[in-house]
Amino acid sequence: MPLDKSYLEYPHRSYGMDHDRYDWSMLTDRKDVNWPNGKKLALWVNVSLQFFPLDQKGVPVKPQGGMIMPYPDLRHYSLRDYGNRVGIYRLLKAFDKYGVKSTYAVNAELAKRVPYLMAALKERGVEMLGHGWNMDTIHHNNMEDEAGIISESLEVLSRYSSKEITGWLSPGRFESDKTPEYLADAGIKYFCDWVNDDMPYNFRTDNGPLLAMPLSKELEDQFVLLSNLHSESSYGDQIKDAADMLITEAYEQGGRMLALSLHPWMMGQPHRIKVLEDILDYLMSKEEVWSASANEILEHWQNQQ
Amino acid sequence: MKNDPGFYDYWPYDNRPKMKWPGGAKVAFWVAPNIEYYELNAPDNPQRKPWPEPSPAIAGYSTRDYGNRVGHMRQMKLLEKYGIRGSISLSTALCEHHPEIIELCNERDWEFFSHGIYNTRYTYGMDEQQEREMIHDAMETIYKHTGQKCAGYLAPALSHSELTLDLFAEVGTELFGDEGGIYTCDLFHDDQPTPIHTRSGKKFVSIPYSLEMNDTIAYVVNKIEPRRYGQIIKDNFDRLYEEGTDNSTVMCIPTHNYQVSCPHRLKAFEEALEYITGHSDVWVTTGREIAKHFIKNSYDAALADIALKKQGS
Repeated sequence: MPLDKSYLEYPHRSYGMDHDRYDWSMLTDRKDVNWPNGKKLALWVNVSLQFFPLDQKGVPVKPQGGMIMPYPDLRHYSLRDYGNRVGIYRLLKAFDKYGVKSTYAVNAELAKRVPYLMAALKERGVEMLGHGWNMDTIHHNNMEDEAGIISESLEVLSRYSSKEITGWLSPGRFESDKTPEYLADAGIKYFCDWVNDDMPYNFRTDNGPLLAMPLSKELEDQFVLLSNLHSESSYGDQIKDAADMLITEAYEQGGRMLALSLHPWMMGQPHRIKVLEDILDYLMSKEEVWSASANEILEHWQNQQ
Repeated sequence: MKNDPGFYDYWPYDNRPKMKWPGGAKVAFWVAPNIEYYELNAPDNPQRKPWPEPSPAIAGYSTRDYGNRVGHMRQMKLLEKYGIRGSISLSTALCEHHPEIIELCNERDWEFFSHGIYNTRYTYGMDEQQEREMIHDAMETIYKHTGQKCAGYLAPALSHSELTLDLFAEVGTELFGDEGGIYTCDLFHDDQPTPIHTRSGKKFVSIPYSLEMNDTIAYVVNKIEPRRYGQIIKDNFDRLYEEGTDNSTVMCIPTHNYQVSCPHRLKAFEEALEYITGHSDVWVTTGREIAKHFIKNSYDAALADIALKKQGS
């Protein structure tokens, strides 16, 4: 039996993208962007603070970093918890030492569970991003009341934030077809799930525009160290090489952005924190680097569009 | 199903007739950027899902899209810097979606060869007529948008049928005579070009394309660190260059703009290109030029030698 004839039909085979979410555009064709004080590279460091429930449902897929052993998977449950108890405090010290600004994508359920940590973050006046309810609440097309989960997540998290929450990172970066609509409806201005650019860009929803703020997946600690099983020193090399390349490009083409995605349950380990410190030292000692929050970067970017 | 695809005979790497590249080069070196379009909502194929993750496959889709939005210009600039004309393995729908990229490459006299329509449309399950239609569509699209007579094939997402190479060779001849459909990148059995049997009996060759040097295989399947990828490219080259003193070889680096052009990977790739092109006896060329040169100068001698060696002598 041959394939259905529709398999050789291509309804979206025309100029631009095969969907309406954003316009096709090559980075080099866009207007140069200048960062404040002549800086070349905006460094955005985002830390994900996450809760992986022990009674994981895994619908429609198991979250990466979640439970993989038969119930009760104490090893993974407690190892993830380690990040929020121990690792995060090492990260905070490192950020302070090197003067790095950082943002925090927080699962709402976690915020409720760790008031001490949330108070410490609020005290620091950090920018927080909605990160869904928990890591096992994955956004997908058959999700019940996705809009309600988004608004509840944001409502809960905002109790712990000194600032209005305008950013979003979906748990596991999974979305339904409607997630961008619900986010726009809930007052979100930027979201970070799509990783198709090295700069922000405009994203359409039926409920008004969003900004896409790509949070690099290829340089994420979890991807490099856990999925690829690269060494800690290679992880450091990769980030340094990336920064060098982007700075070189920025001298020719206008400002660039380096988005680092960190998990305290990974980088907060005693054997890894030194590598993170080395990276931050390397980046912050470059005169071209501007450490900024997502909103600060977006504000400068938007003002120049 | 067959026990052996029957495309080629056993031809030992030992005592082959001398193959000569232009200028007496030891290695024919070519870079094959895969410029691909993956659909966000591709139809299901009975044998392979377009995306492993639930729909919409944002991670997979947006990673690929990065290659076209950001990565392409970086790799193109780099190849230009080292005097390399890319041989593009093209998702031909890209001619319609992103004609700017096609124009930039065509201006630089890069080669375009067929990599199907979309990298999310697989050959699996097509009957002969359907596959012929898909192959025809892709080759015609390249001609329409670039004026190039498509010489080579890498099946979309390396998805094949038993007839893939036969059909590509036949459609190539129908459309462009002797210039169309003369080589394949789908086989990984050799470091030299080799004659391939097809139904029509035309002169048709396999050009080494190297799965091992392919950045996606290196980074996604083998999970190699960027600097190590740069090193294995150099090591691969060193050996082929050394052996090329005795009998010429081919080295290919197949790339993807969403892999090799990422900020943390470009430097290692650049160092490897600088190293290779810094050697004197390298023929920096394209897939089509290698195929044409081999067919003209070495094809018949290869066939005779294969026939001889089949008898065990």
